[in-house]
Amino acid sequence: MVKQISVFLENKYGRMAEATEAIGEAGVNIRALSVADTSDFGILRCIVNDTEKALKVLREKGFTASATPVVAAEAPDEPGGLARLLKIPRDNNVNVEYLYAFVTKSRDNAVVILRVDEYEKLISLLEKGGVKVLTEQEAVSL
Amino acid sequence: MAKKHLIWNERCECMPDSKKKELQLERLKLLVSRVYDKVAPYKTKMDAAGIAPKDIKKLEDISKLPFNTKEDLAANYPFGMFAVPMKKIIRIHSSTGTTGKPKVAGYTKNDIKMWADVMARTLTCGNTTKNDVVQNAYGYGLFTGGLGVHYGVEKIGATVVPISVGNTKRQILVMKDFGVTKMCCTPSYCLFLSEALREAGLEPGRDIKLNTAFLGAEPWTRELREQVEKNISIDAIDIYGLTEVIGPGVSSECMEKVGLHIFDDNFYPEVVDPETQQPLPMGEKGELVFTTLTKEAFPVVRYRTRDITRLIPEKCACGRTHIRMERLTGRTDDMLIIRGVNVYPSQIESVIVQIPGLEPHYQILVDRQGAMDMLEVWIEVSPGIFTDNIKGLEKLEKKIRGEMESVLGIGVKLKLVEPKAIQRSEGKAQRIIDRRTVYDK
Repeated sequence: MVKQISVFLENKYGRMAEATEAIGEAGVNIRALSVADTSDFGILRCIVNDTEKALKVLREKGFTASATPVVAAEAPDEPGGLARLLKIPRDNNVNVEYLYAFVTKSRDNAVVILRVDEYEKLISLLEKGGVKVLTEQEAVSL
Repeated sequence: MAKKHLIWNERCECMPDSKKKELQLERLKLLVSRVYDKVAPYKTKMDAAGIAPKDIKKLEDISKLPFNTKEDLAANYPFGMFAVPMKKIIRIHSSTGTTGKPKVAGYTKNDIKMWADVMARTLTCGNTTKNDVVQNAYGYGLFTGGLGVHYGVEKIGATVVPISVGNTKRQILVMKDFGVTKMCCTPSYCLFLSEALREAGLEPGRDIKLNTAFLGAEPWTRELREQVEKNISIDAIDIYGLTEVIGPGVSSECMEKVGLHIFDDNFYPEVVDPETQQPLPMGEKGELVFTTLTKEAFPVVRYRTRDITRLIPEKCACGRTHIRMERLTGRTDDMLIIRGVNVYPSQIESVIVQIPGLEPHYQILVDRQGAMDMLEVWIEVSPGIFTDNIKGLEKLEKKIRGEMESVLGIGVKLKLVEPKAIQRSEGKAQRIIDRRTVYDK
């Protein structure tokens, strides 16, 4: 299980810059990031190299932010790689609320971040299916 | 050119002052004895103030009686202020109260008759006769507007079109095809409709026969009147009322359009200083207070309307002797009137505090887009309600909006905002931002 930071953002000019600035000024590095939005508000989701510190500075700056447990898993960086991984939750009735993926310089595989209710169940299913699941340590040091 | 003034009930509307004062005193005495005997909260208050019905000897003695407020109605919800047994009551209306509970008004058969009479007077103030077709776009239902106007039109013998609120296309169709000559609705809706009529290319006098609109249920400015009158070449008449006193039919402008005639053989007005609660000299501006002289089921004595106005004692060119009140200039409480519906900020807060995890950091924004009022509520997303999934937040938004709309009875736009997004002045949030101009400056 990996801790992701979730931040509530109004759809307002410059808010994204201010949130990421707060994280940057604290010397925290963003490893992966995704944004979900509606017409009125958005949620910034990111994996950083120091979750506690990032949460602290964001809250100090007046943001509503929380830590959300997510699963980080590797998928082969090739056609069909992500689809094969997603077959596992689908075949086992695990509902994926959202996901985002990225490729890194240091790895051959892409990393997929998945948000599910039953993350422990998904981790063991993925591992049984031969998928590499990242530990928190591995994820933050990507 | 002298204006034409029809009068419905000349005996009452043109009664000489001395005779009217006699009648008012006689009715006041009867009323005070009756509420003292029949309505427990009145007896309690009067006993505490050391005043008995026999102490009312002249009209001015009314100022010895304790005031009553919307808080008294809430404390005695729903029927605790009624003066007759339920078997005598033939109708109930209500309007929004300060909390989740509405203000409730009951009517006997005689009350409905009196109401129809004062509404007939109102409509005749705008020269309505049995030859008119009256489009009634006030809401039918618990709100007093719809049925109040309806009975007045029937009393005159004019034709009522009970179309109720909304659906502008149908309003226009009916107005054109049914040959409507008089319209009843809120001023902001009338402006909206007048613009829609122009956009539809309908010419006053050629395509539509409308000549007068009776506009009430919300305050409006002189500019709005000029615009409506110009847009569709009609006379716009200001009418006033409130559920606690009867509904519409408390007062109305005549064709002179200088102040609203209060039907003061039934509704006795006073103007008091809202701070000191002392009666003000005639003609001074203050809070309007009403005593219902003839109502049976739900009489009120010295009921504080929270509306600010002044009385105009001078005689009116129309011939009526009913005292006039100036168009409203404000309120002494924080009630908002949005699309003709009374909204108290406390109602909005009562919904917010019921939702677990939600903190009462909110702001109410009222604006007028085109002719229509918009109510927007901003709520800060506190950690207690934050979830990182959009669906969860949207579900919460929908739930809060649904509960607000059910309490307020009007549409609300809800916006979730970041903590501290709402300005705090001197540690206290500014709760209400009303960008409209609803009163004359």
